[in-house]
Amino acid sequence: MNPEKNKLNINIPPELENQVAITTLDKIYNWSRASSLWPMMFGLACCAIEMIITAASRVDFSRFGMEVMRPSPRQADVMIVSGTVTKKMVPQIVRLFNQMGEPKYVLAMGACASGGGPFKEGYNVVSGIDKFLPVDVYIPGCPPTPQALLHGLIILQKKIEKEKLSDAEWYKKDFYEEIPVPILGPDLIDPRKYHLFKKILQSADEVTVEESDAKGEEA
Amino acid sequence: MEEHTLVSHVPEFDALFPEKVKLDTRPGFSGFIVPSEFLLEFSKEIRDSWGYDILSSITGVDYFPESMEVVYHLYRSLGGGALVVKVQIPRDDAIVPSLFSIFAGAEFQEREAWDLLGIKFEHHPDLRRILMWEGYEGFPLRKDWKEAYYEEDAKPFASRWPEGVAEHSEKKNIFGDNVKFPDNFDPEDWVASGEEALYLGLNKSGKSKDLDTEMLIINLGPQHPSTHGVFRMAALLDGESIVDLKPAFGYLHRNHEKIGERNTFLQNMPFTDRLDYISSMSNNFSYALAVEKLMGVKPPERAEYIRVIMAELTRIASHFMSTGFLLNDLGAFFTPALYALKERELILDVFEAVSGSRMMCNYFRFGGVVRDLPSGIPEAIRNLAFKRLPAKVDELDHLLTDNEIVRSRCMGIGVLTGEEAINLSATGPILRASGVPYDIRRADPYSIYDRFEFNIPVLYHGDIYDRYLIRIEEMRQSVRIIQQAITQIPEGPIFEGRSQYQVKVPAGEAYGRVEAPKGELGFYVVSNGQPNPWRYHVRAPSFINLTSLRTMCLNQKVADVVAILGSIDIVLGEVDR
Repeated sequence: MNPEKNKLNINIPPELENQVAITTLDKIYNWSRASSLWPMMFGLACCAIEMIITAASRVDFSRFGMEVMRPSPRQADVMIVSGTVTKKMVPQIVRLFNQMGEPKYVLAMGACASGGGPFKEGYNVVSGIDKFLPVDVYIPGCPPTPQALLHGLIILQKKIEKEKLSDAEWYKKDFYEEIPVPILGPDLIDPRKYHLFKKILQSADEVTVEESDAKGEEA
Repeated sequence: MEEHTLVSHVPEFDALFPEKVKLDTRPGFSGFIVPSEFLLEFSKEIRDSWGYDILSSITGVDYFPESMEVVYHLYRSLGGGALVVKVQIPRDDAIVPSLFSIFAGAEFQEREAWDLLGIKFEHHPDLRRILMWEGYEGFPLRKDWKEAYYEEDAKPFASRWPEGVAEHSEKKNIFGDNVKFPDNFDPEDWVASGEEALYLGLNKSGKSKDLDTEMLIINLGPQHPSTHGVFRMAALLDGESIVDLKPAFGYLHRNHEKIGERNTFLQNMPFTDRLDYISSMSNNFSYALAVEKLMGVKPPERAEYIRVIMAELTRIASHFMSTGFLLNDLGAFFTPALYALKERELILDVFEAVSGSRMMCNYFRFGGVVRDLPSGIPEAIRNLAFKRLPAKVDELDHLLTDNEIVRSRCMGIGVLTGEEAINLSATGPILRASGVPYDIRRADPYSIYDRFEFNIPVLYHGDIYDRYLIRIEEMRQSVRIIQQAITQIPEGPIFEGRSQYQVKVPAGEAYGRVEAPKGELGFYVVSNGQPNPWRYHVRAPSFINLTSLRTMCLNQKVADVVAILGSIDIVLGEVDR
């Protein structure tokens, strides 16, 4: 909002001087979005405690317009994935993400949400939420301190401020981005990877065919 | 015959039941081996005639390739040491009778042993998987079961040490993720078994007969602001009252036990922090006690005092938090919690100064603590213990205890009688609010708790209000302990022996338990002399306390369930492990 700009060619009536500012639509749109981010009240593990502390009096992220934490995904803008993503929980997380309205952002808080963390080798642990959801900001730490989370949220605000309405995907025609919900099978099945199962089955068939051929030759 | 038997004295059951009960004579092991067909009769006998009424822990150990073992730890509610009972069963036909009919607290623990080790408990009312989902392939804690990212049996892995070459495990997996499927698995043929079993298991008989109404099943969680994390329960409602309720677990099952068997003993210490992530010092304490029992080391005086101070500060922090969040659940959204969290921050500052981390302290070592109190911290603790905390506990008490809404929402709601509490293996504030004065710091003293003067608060209504009052009073008693400890703390070393990355732990078993803020926290560790534990089991208080949730909730209103859950004070990291 540069006052110099107002002095150029635009005729402002004297009663409105110093009361009207001219800016771009992008700027005002992004400014209002970035300074009223509503995170989803959604805690997974240890990091959720630090997330609560970030909301509490000592750090207090309401100074940045984020105090309205909503448990319903329909009312939230940011999903803070605060903790270990387990295979049993990931279908629900994906479903919650799908239910959030655009524009929506994902913050991977802590080592577990970013890449599995200390529990990566565990049989019920997903190696990071980015295997399923598009992550905007990763916050390192185990758990990250409240200050680190705040920093991550400010980075996200900066990212939002750089966006443009003209290429915002969610206003485009036919924009539909729903992530297929994983299925709990003998292990976690990602519906986007069905072709890999086919490939394994085919190669197994080939091997058995080759084996039977070899046996036939021997006989 | 002499009537005065010491409560700490374990009777010689092998002599009392010759040819049936045998003493466990393996070096480093203790307890009694009972044949599985005699187990039910024996447990009834030891409960009714010998007073072992608390079934504290049930777990299994896979002694691959020979046999499986189910291990029971029992205690007297009057106090004293453990009675360890073991049942040995073959691996391929692992069946033992369920103790549910004698100790209702066995319910979830037996389901867990079935889920992770594949031990079948006959006549269990609801033997389903508990931490993993129905349909999951294999029993993960069996030694011959390998996970998707399996690299080697024991850490440190040869690929990472000493050169330190790490590779992404995803690259070695065809799916690029932590998954593994049986051979020839076709996902298009897969029919998910769903959750019918959970819903069908709900008991409809408690419905009122006066009106012809339709019942409703509602799910609370796993994403719900009142469930303190990713906990879930399915409730059967008749109007607004609860006819039956079943918790569903596993949404934060992080495989502590499987990872713990691969880690070295010391590597497990930071993992214990992440069990009950609100009170990491207590977790450290319990695990250190278990391994110290195996190693036969005793920490020096100063370390013992530091440990007690840290454990009691943790208790205060945890109770502050649980009181604040109980009020959240009652609808006082975040104002009381903010008061409580402010004091917790001051305690976390002490933790950060001594250990370098606010929440995940990783501060205890086998034979002491990792570093001494830095300068200024004894004064900070003294200031907290003598000035700040007593005043703030009084303030919380003053603001909440006589509050009209707190009283009418909490009094007489979620009642658990003393008998029920003991039978359901409840521990901690829940047990003491039901009139059972059982606190491990007095009942089976560990560390140097026998030197301090403090009371064990007991109340008799067993409702939410009493549980809340117990926590307030326990904070005052913890402040008393810290006041004594910080005044008496001697100078001296803080670690026994030489500090080392790879501790030598002789073969054997040990069960270390402490009175954690939530109840009895126990670690059952089996070593075979290797650098890694053979079995590492966590007896998690909030998991086992949840066994009593159903009893507390029956015939209550659905809005009270939230408050009852808040009064149990669960932490999901510990519930699901």
